[in-house]
Formats: sequence, structure tokens, C-alpha cells
Amino acid sequence: MNNTEKIKKSLNKRYRKEKRFRLLSLLAVLTGFACLFILLVDMIIKALPAFIQTEVKLDIHFDQEKLELAAHFEPEELQNANFRGLIKQSLQQRFPTVRKRSDKRALMRLISVDAEYQLRDKLQAEPQLLGETVPIWLLVDDDVDTYLKSDKQFGRVSQKQIAWITELEQQERFQKRFNYWFFQTGDSREPELAGILGAVMGSFYTLLVTLLLSFPIGVMAAVYLEEFAPRNRWIDLIEVNINNLAAVPSIVFGLLGLAVFINFFGVPRSAPLVGGMVLALMTLPTIIIASRSAIKAVSPSMREAALGLGASKVQVAFHHVVPLAMPGILTGTIIGLAQALGETAPLLMIGMVAFIVDIPQGVTDAATVLPVQIYLWADSPERAFVAKTAAAILVLLLFLVAMNGLAVWLRKKFERMF
Amino acid sequence: MKKIGRYIILAFLTAPSLVLASGRDVINIVGSSTVYPFATVVAERFGKSSKFKTPKIESTGTGGGIKLFCAGVDINTPDITNASRRMKQSEFNLCQKNGVKKIVEVLVGYDGIVLANTKLKPQMQLSLRDIFLALAKSVPATDGSETLIDNPYKTWQDVNPNLPANKIEVLGPPPTSGTRDAFAELALEGGCQTFSFLKALKKKNKSRYKAICHGVREDGAYIEAGENDNLIVQKLVANPNAMGVFGFSFLDQNSDIIQGSIINLATAEFESIADGDYPISRPLYFYVKKAHIGVIPGIAEYITAFTSEAAYGEDGYLTDKGLIPLDDAKRQMMRQNANDLQNLDL
Repeated sequence: MNNTEKIKKSLNKRYRKEKRFRLLSLLAVLTGFACLFILLVDMIIKALPAFIQTEVKLDIHFDQEKLELAAHFEPEELQNANFRGLIKQSLQQRFPTVRKRSDKRALMRLISVDAEYQLRDKLQAEPQLLGETVPIWLLVDDDVDTYLKSDKQFGRVSQKQIAWITELEQQERFQKRFNYWFFQTGDSREPELAGILGAVMGSFYTLLVTLLLSFPIGVMAAVYLEEFAPRNRWIDLIEVNINNLAAVPSIVFGLLGLAVFINFFGVPRSAPLVGGMVLALMTLPTIIIASRSAIKAVSPSMREAALGLGASKVQVAFHHVVPLAMPGILTGTIIGLAQALGETAPLLMIGMVAFIVDIPQGVTDAATVLPVQIYLWADSPERAFVAKTAAAILVLLLFLVAMNGLAVWLRKKFERMF
Repeated sequence: MKKIGRYIILAFLTAPSLVLASGRDVINIVGSSTVYPFATVVAERFGKSSKFKTPKIESTGTGGGIKLFCAGVDINTPDITNASRRMKQSEFNLCQKNGVKKIVEVLVGYDGIVLANTKLKPQMQLSLRDIFLALAKSVPATDGSETLIDNPYKTWQDVNPNLPANKIEVLGPPPTSGTRDAFAELALEGGCQTFSFLKALKKKNKSRYKAICHGVREDGAYIEAGENDNLIVQKLVANPNAMGVFGFSFLDQNSDIIQGSIINLATAEFESIADGDYPISRPLYFYVKKAHIGVIPGIAEYITAFTSEAAYGEDGYLTDKGLIPLDDAKRQMMRQNANDLQNLDL
């Protein structure tokens, strides 16, 4: 048997091997994809009810007497007027046979606790409604909402309540609408009112602070280490430490933030400012490492050409090397920020895991962030929060996709071919 | 490039001045995760119906909250801390040492701890003694002698012949949880005390008594299921033989799929917990830093809102969330004390 025959004989074996490898690789990709797909589908199915909200139409008589207002009253008195009484009155007119005290309470429980504030806002906006009777769409309670959305397979509403709901349904007093509130309000303990905007703004401000701090510092550090630093033992030590820092568990940064930023410098607790500072510390190593490799990848001929034409070292770095390395630097930065977006552990230490209703207006207002909001909702006893949790996860994923999209776009924009 | 650099420097220079300019106008509340679901509801309504901002509430656990609260009277420290047990003497001393001299204590109600299973299975009827025998690490020997053996019981029937022959499988909170502390103290210790020789041990050797009466078995019958009570509820549905330990509000919200066990002949229901018939319930408190009243706007008004009949009363909105209210006389007195800002003295 000569060599050619030997090779021919082994050839089939090699082909088989290659085929096997390809198949396995494909399987690996498909497994990953299937996991992602299952997760997404599961989340979307669970989240769907959160995007729909049921409302009920009640005829409300804005009765001055029932509101417990005097004949002449100051506009501020409207703030604490008895709007709950109006809803009670309206429901009683609709269901005159309900007499027992406990039944009356059960009847009131059909309507969201926020309905009275809805009425108050309505009357404050349109004072001429006083004394009039108008049909108004009010939010229903989360239990009723879940009952109507889950094909009446929800056991937390009582038999009596079901009878009332059926009656209201026959009079076509329910409507389902898109839950735009979810995108306009902050956290709430009532699932029908809870919204994601507070957490989205909190995440936005936190990441803004993180970006403003970590990007310039990270890029400067990388430029210095790559372009200017002498090669000696100190620089080696710094390098090793930066690489180590990238692997430090994030809760350690939270403890550092608590000790240094809050207790020593007196930065306000729970604010995006301190959250952003802590997350900036966490992102810095990622940015420095990514930026350094991007700078290293710029071809030496660029540097030499610039130096040869008489540019100073600073000019070489900032006119030529950094712009060329920008796509890599930006990708690293956005990966670092995406990591920071999903962090909750360090924020626990600095008080950002909290119940905050008001939407933050700046970096010093108390705020929470998206992953924390998900955690808080997942921990709530009310069942309707299951859907809210899934919806919040979708919003977080959307945020991530948007950030990664931005990274791709920036890379395309700054990429230069030679 | 130059312009960007200038903006960055500007941002650095202005950031600190922004910090200094902001005084605090939001009430800062920390503390127990058990009180959190109730305090947040009060806070939200308070923010909507008053001219003050909605208080910010962190769920740090009772111990962690008191530690933060007692750190000092500085404006950066919390104004109020929630607790699912009374403040300890040592904690009160820490507060005094750090200058937090005047504290107002408010008892808001009770929380029941339930042992629940899925509605697909019959309701369990347990005594505290059954619970102790089923879950304690070491139990009195079966021969009637006053010796302790490692818990040998595998099924509920082994514990008590009247119970079903299901494997003992109880999902509950980990040792770090306040719910677990309360469960050990009220349920296990309650069952432990039904053995007279163990009860006598309390006087002789307190630490050994505590180790026996609070020790939970570690052979897999008691499963630590994390702090998330929703997860325990889900697992009960998936595993019909398992029982779960959690707060009453989770039973209340899931009453269509799970049921609380009858303990010492009392059902895990609102009325029996309020009457004190149900043996496993604990008090819920909050503590107010008096030095901050008048400095941070709205604290006194928040106390009034929390102790109003509409909130913590018998038909108040907190009972809809699962809070067990105090009885009428106690509520009256507590409201009076709270609104007069009476000092706590331990």
C-alpha cells in the first residue's frame, strides 16, 4: 500500500469526522437558540395580561353634599373631599338590593382604590362638573381585572362578586383598553396602577452617571497605559490589578460605595448619582481592558507615519490612534454598561432597592432601577404582579437590545477602512 | 474632541454643587420585609392624599433597619424603621449611645404565620406539638423516657396517628429570615413546651433549651426555599404533598389554590388570628426618630395616616392586604400615644 492509497483510505474517516463536528456545532447553536426562544415566548405569554387593563363605566353624581364640602369651599379642600362616597353612592344605585355591611365592602372592592383619586383629578380639571351626573370610566380592582382576563378562571372573587360582575357585563359596562398607564407611572402596591416609568428613568439616570464617569476615565487610563506609560514593574502591577478588579464580585463595590460615597462624602442614599458612581467603578476595568486591546490593534504604521510627519506623541494619540480605536472602545463601553444595567447586588447596599412611587427628576432624587423593580414585583403577594414582572423583564430586554443596537450602529459609523 | 473635553470637565464641576443644593424632603423609611407590604400601601396613599411627597421605603430586614436607624440623628439617617418584633434592649442602648434619644414606638397590628398546603389535598389539623415533633432536630424518645434522639419521623402519621401517611416535607424561609425566627419561637418552642421536662430545662440551662426548642432538622424534611414566598406557593401547587411556611398575606392572596392548616383547633383565618386563638402570630411595629419630626416634612402626618381608622382599623385598607388589626381598645390607645409622640422607654 503506497501513500496515496493510505490517504484515500483515511479520507472517508476525515470526512465523517468533519460532518460529525459540524452537526454537533449546529446542535450547540440550536440549543442556545431554543433556550432563548423558550424564555422569550414564556415571558411574552406571561406578560400579555399586563398590557391590557379593564375599566368599568359608572354614573357618578358629583354631589356637593356627599363630597362633604360646604356651600363655599376653597379649591384646596377638594384634595381631601369624600370622593369614595361618590363611588359608594353610584354602586348602591346600581345594586340597590345590597344591604349587608360586609356585602357593601365586597361591592366596593370591585373598584380600584385609585378610583377616588381619578375622580378628584377629574373634578379639579373640570370644576363645572360639580352637581352634574356623568358616566366615567374607572379602573377596576386587580382581582376583578385578572378574573375578566383569565376567562373567569380566577378564584379570588367571591360568588356574590361574580354575580355583580356578570350583571355589569350584561349592561356592557366593562371595556378593555391598552394599559398605557404601565409606561407612564412609577411603582405602586396596587397592580392595576404599577408602572415601569420610574424604574426606566432611574436606570437611565444611573447609566448616564456611569457613562459620564467611566468613559472618560477608562479611555484616558487605557491611552496612558498603551501610549505613554514606561515599561516597568509598577505599570505591570497596575495592569494585574486592573485585570483582577474586573473579576471582583459586584457586591464588594456596593460596600465600597456605602463606606466611601455615602458615609464619607455624604452623597444622598438611594440616588442615581451614588448608584452611577458605584456602577462606574464596576464598569471601569471592562472599559479599560476593551479600550487597551482596541488601541493595541491600531497598526504601528499609523503611529510611525504620524510621528514621521512631525506630530507630537499627544497628537498621534488623539488625532490618529483614539479615533481609529473608537469602534472597539465604544463596543467595550456599551458591553460594560449593559452589565451595569442588570446589576442589583451593589445597589442593595446603597439603598436603591426600595419602594419609590415618584418618578425621579434628576440624579439626586431617590430612584430604583429595572432589575430591582423586577425583583420587588416578583416578591409581592398580589397575583397580578406576576404579569407585571414578566412585562418589566421584557422592558429590560428591550433596553438591552436598544443598547446593543446602538453599539453596532456606532461601530459601523466610526469604522474606517484602509 | 476639544469641545467634548470641555463638557466633561463642566459636568465634573457641576455635579458636586447639585448634591449640596438638595435638601431632603422625602421621608426615609427602612426595616422589616414583613411590614414593607403594609407600610408601602400607607406611604402610597399618603403621597396621593397629602401635599407631601411619597415616603421612600427600603426593605432591609428588622435588624438591618434598626442598625441604620440607630446610626445617629444626622439628616442622612432614616426617619422611621419598621420591625416585625419589638426593639431589643441592646438595640435601644445602641440608639441612646448614638444620640437617638427620643423614639416613638407604634404597634400597628399582627401578622399570622401559616402552614399551608394545596387545596387538592385535605386540610391538615395540627397541634404545636405535632409541628415540633415533625420539624425539630432532636425530639424526646418514643419510649417515654426523658432523653432526646435525632428526629426519626418520616411521615406525618409517625408523628400523630390521626394525620395522613404523607412524607414530611416542609418548605420554609432560611435562618436569616424574621419569619423563620418567629416560626421557631412561636410554633416550635410552643410545641417544645408541651413536654414538661423540656419546659423545666428553660430555668436550668437556657442556651440548651433554646438549641433544642428552636433547632430545625437538617435531614431534608425541612427545605429552605429562600426568602421569596411566591416561590413557595408555586412549589406547593407543583408538589401536593408539601407544606409551606409563610406570612398570612400570601395565604390571603392565594386562598383559591392553597389552604392554611388548622393549628391547635384554630383556623388560619383573619378572625381567629385577630382574636388571638391562632397561636402563631407576631406583632408588627414601627419606630420614629423624634429628632427628625419638624426637620423632614410630613413625619407626624404619616404617623397620623398610619394610625387612622381608615388604615389600620378593623375595616381599614390594610386589612385588605392581610394585616391583622389590634382590638378596639388597644387601637385607641396606640393612636393616642402615637399622635402625642410618646417616648419609648425600654
